[in-house]
Amino acid sequence: MSTALPGGAGHAPLRESASNGLKIVIVGGFGVGKTTMVQSVSEIRPLSTEETMTQAGIGIDDASFVRHKTTTTVAFDFGRISLDEQMVLYLFGAPGQERFWFLWDRLFSGTLGAVVLVDTNRLSDSWYALDRLEHHGTPFIVARNNFTEPQHTLEEVREALDLPPEVPMIECDARKRDSSKAVLVALARYLYSLSTNGSAGETTA
Amino acid sequence: MIRGPLDKEGPDRLYTVTGGRSRADESRFDMVTLIVSESDPTPGMQSEHVKILRMCRRPLSVVEISSYLELPVSVVKILLCDLLDTGRITARHPHAARPGGRLPGPETLKKVLVALQNL
Ligand SMILES: Nc1nc2c(ncn2[C@@H]2O[C@H](COP(=O)(O)OP(=O)(O)O)[C@@H](O)[C@H]2O)c(=O)[nH]1
Ligand SMILES: [Mg+2]
Repeated sequence: MSTALPGGAGHAPLRESASNGLKIVIVGGFGVGKTTMVQSVSEIRPLSTEETMTQAGIGIDDASFVRHKTTTTVAFDFGRISLDEQMVLYLFGAPGQERFWFLWDRLFSGTLGAVVLVDTNRLSDSWYALDRLEHHGTPFIVARNNFTEPQHTLEEVREALDLPPEVPMIECDARKRDSSKAVLVALARYLYSLSTNGSAGETTA
Repeated sequence: MIRGPLDKEGPDRLYTVTGGRSRADESRFDMVTLIVSESDPTPGMQSEHVKILRMCRRPLSVVEISSYLELPVSVVKILLCDLLDTGRITARHPHAARPGGRLPGPETLKKVLVALQNL
């Protein structure tokens, strides 16, 4: 994956009527399949960019780009799906590392929800992300990327992660478009059920 | 992930591009605010502004502009403030970003669900 070429080529514009950008974040440890998932469902080639913050800016947010100040950079990639004439869903693949969460409010306020992508062999990679999402009040589902034949049932994973029963879990193969799509549908169904105050999983829409 | 030229140029390029301005105005844009050009570039305009105006002849999100320009999101927001203040762009803000981080209403979420199912 690479950043876009400068110049006109490759800038995939939206339709004229596009007016409402929406965000979903895919969070998970290094190598768990975030970029792969973004790539498999995005209508554009995944792009990457970064956000910087000055060390002094962490938490106080009033720093300016003055010379010689140390900056911290967080890189992330993203793709997009045009949902209808107006709505465009942006999918962000975000590293779960600690410094990333300092930027959560700046980058991801207003996020509809999150997919926590886990690899059963490295479950502990996701504990911190789960804790932070709960802290920020962001609704999430957990998707297990099945790199190899799974050794555990989803219920065992739920127990290991200490997930409440209402949090949906799903298995996926991030390389496959239909599978990644099913993950997004599961998240959207959960968000819809939360918005109608129904219990998760009971919506048939 | 391959990094852009930022890593090589560091804060100096950011300083030049933004004129060392404060980040205070950043909150005027979300990462998924869609930007549309309202005029063509004029001679003498800062090159980043020229690029943005060309790029946004059709709507494009702040985060996509950031990726294409290889500049951090917050630097792009500062550049966009200038263009917005002079009426050279318009901004279509996300409807879903509500204060307090609450979810959008069921109508919107239903539309999202159905659209994803029909992909
Ligand atoms: N076998 C297998 N490999 C995968 C799967 N998902 C991702 N990969 C591979 O795992 C590596 C890391 O994936 P990547 O999407 O870059 O992870 P990220 O760090 O979370 O963005 C890549 O080489 C992918 O091709 C999967 O479901 N099965
Ligand atoms: Mg990645």
